[in-house]
Amino acid sequence: MSAVLVYFESVGAELTTAQQELITLADAVGEVQVVTGSTTSDAVHALALEGVHTLYTGEGEIHAPDPAVIDLLETAVQETRAHAVLARNTADTTDALARLAVRLDTGLITDGVGLSHDLRITKSVLAGSYTTTARVAEGRPLIATLKPNSTEPYLVPGGAPEIVTLPVTPAAAEDLRVLERTPLEASDRPSLTEARCVVAGGRGLDGDFGPLEELADELGAALGASRAATDAGWIDHAAQIGQTGVTVSPQLYLSVGISGAIQQRAGMQTAQTIVAINKDEDAPVFEIADFGVVGDLFEVVPQMVEELRKRRS
Amino acid sequence: MPDAAAGTPLHIITLVKWVPDAQLERRFTEERHIDRSEGILGELDEHPLEAALRIKEAAEDREVRVTALTMGPAGAAAAAKKALQIGADDAFVLSDDALAGADISATSTALRAAIERVQEVSELDGELLVVTGMASEDGESGAVPAQLAERLGVHLLSQATSVELAEGRLVVTRTATVEQQTVSAALPAVVSVTDQANDPRYPNFKAIMAAKKKPMTELSLTSVGIGPTSVKPRAQVLTAEPRPPRHGGTVITDEGDAGVQIVDFLQKERVL
Repeated sequence: MSAVLVYFESVGAELTTAQQELITLADAVGEVQVVTGSTTSDAVHALALEGVHTLYTGEGEIHAPDPAVIDLLETAVQETRAHAVLARNTADTTDALARLAVRLDTGLITDGVGLSHDLRITKSVLAGSYTTTARVAEGRPLIATLKPNSTEPYLVPGGAPEIVTLPVTPAAAEDLRVLERTPLEASDRPSLTEARCVVAGGRGLDGDFGPLEELADELGAALGASRAATDAGWIDHAAQIGQTGVTVSPQLYLSVGISGAIQQRAGMQTAQTIVAINKDEDAPVFEIADFGVVGDLFEVVPQMVEELRKRRS
Repeated sequence: MPDAAAGTPLHIITLVKWVPDAQLERRFTEERHIDRSEGILGELDEHPLEAALRIKEAAEDREVRVTALTMGPAGAAAAAKKALQIGADDAFVLSDDALAGADISATSTALRAAIERVQEVSELDGELLVVTGMASEDGESGAVPAQLAERLGVHLLSQATSVELAEGRLVVTRTATVEQQTVSAALPAVVSVTDQANDPRYPNFKAIMAAKKKPMTELSLTSVGIGPTSVKPRAQVLTAEPRPPRHGGTVITDEGDAGVQIVDFLQKERVL
């Protein structure tokens, strides 16, 4: 069976849900090999799964923007003769796979939501208004990034993979140097792109995300926002869902105090179930919501929280 | 301290794309290409242009030229024209029937050839800085800057939220997957900037009038020195189906129990 190479920027003590999904997708189309630029001693336990054969690493930590990431990937492809290379669709992995595709003279398909046994990628394009299938030219390896929430993870514990250190070292080039690193603010909530449930707020919140935070915590949801809310500075820009922000495809999307103009819709209309709360009955969001409430969010949201707590106890 | 690069001209080539307006209905053609018969200058491409103009304005003792380069169908010249109005010094439009339906690979191959051609004909002999937006608003892959950097053999600094030149080196703040990085790099380089990098300016009447006198050059694959085979897509779209429209479901007006009703709905849909 031919190999499928899965690239993770880093592997920790536990795989993230998105990482589990990638292994599940890869396992369906070949023998899974993992390559990473950053690993801890726990990684081998996290990857002790049926179907995962080898863990490839470099000599030392290799991260974007270091171009050695591409050397690492290229060496791993040569080593495994992989007929497909898969990774998550973060900006840094997209860069790495894009450059790898140039070196291998093959096609790159980004932001897939499905992978078939004959290596066709399903994508949602033009802000969710079209679904396409695509593949790379015959006889060339598939290079693809996949979005989180593309499949249900299915993993079976197994033996520890073999660890192979490839002869690739970080490029300590003087002409490309990271002067300073600041970790992005970590949150206890799930990340926006990976969450199964997203609660998003807009102009209607009038600067007060308090009730929504409470609801998000009650649902185990990620917190998002419309552009109006991020532009007003009520919440960090990284929370923006829409055409120029993050695109999410959760199982449940709760839109609160957001009118749902096309800019916003582009980022959320592929959600499985959409629930909307807005005081304006003409808000466009009601045209796409599976369940809509015309009402005062400051009354409806706290009542939801109370009801969820009541049913949980 | 004297600027190490003082005297050496800087050539900033800004990539701009003419994209279908996202506010209108966008569709695929029968050939499964995005219909690009109508368009506007991509909103995300105003940010790299602004970044380039600010670098030019901040450079005191070196000649800086800001060139706008676009690739697309006949109408794409409109994006180049808008870039000239906003402040680019000159513009180049690469248009060729063989580029219809270009994928990431074909696009970056053609742009690399175009950039090298632009440098040749410019006779500026300056250091190269290519500035792009974070993604196009139609293809949305965000992968072209990386492929372009790889093909040009220059540094890539993507997802920049600020770009400056200090003593001839680039200083870029970028958003990586888990951290914010400040990166220093020598030229030449490709930098992609996000919509957080700056607030783009609007062209005023004077700038619009001045743009009429700025040079705009048309390029074809032949004039940039590559054949149609090298821009053959490496990825093919097999099917393109419009997504069935979402229909609105139940909409109720809150009569004091809407919060409970939502929870009922979520339970019924098994999404809790």
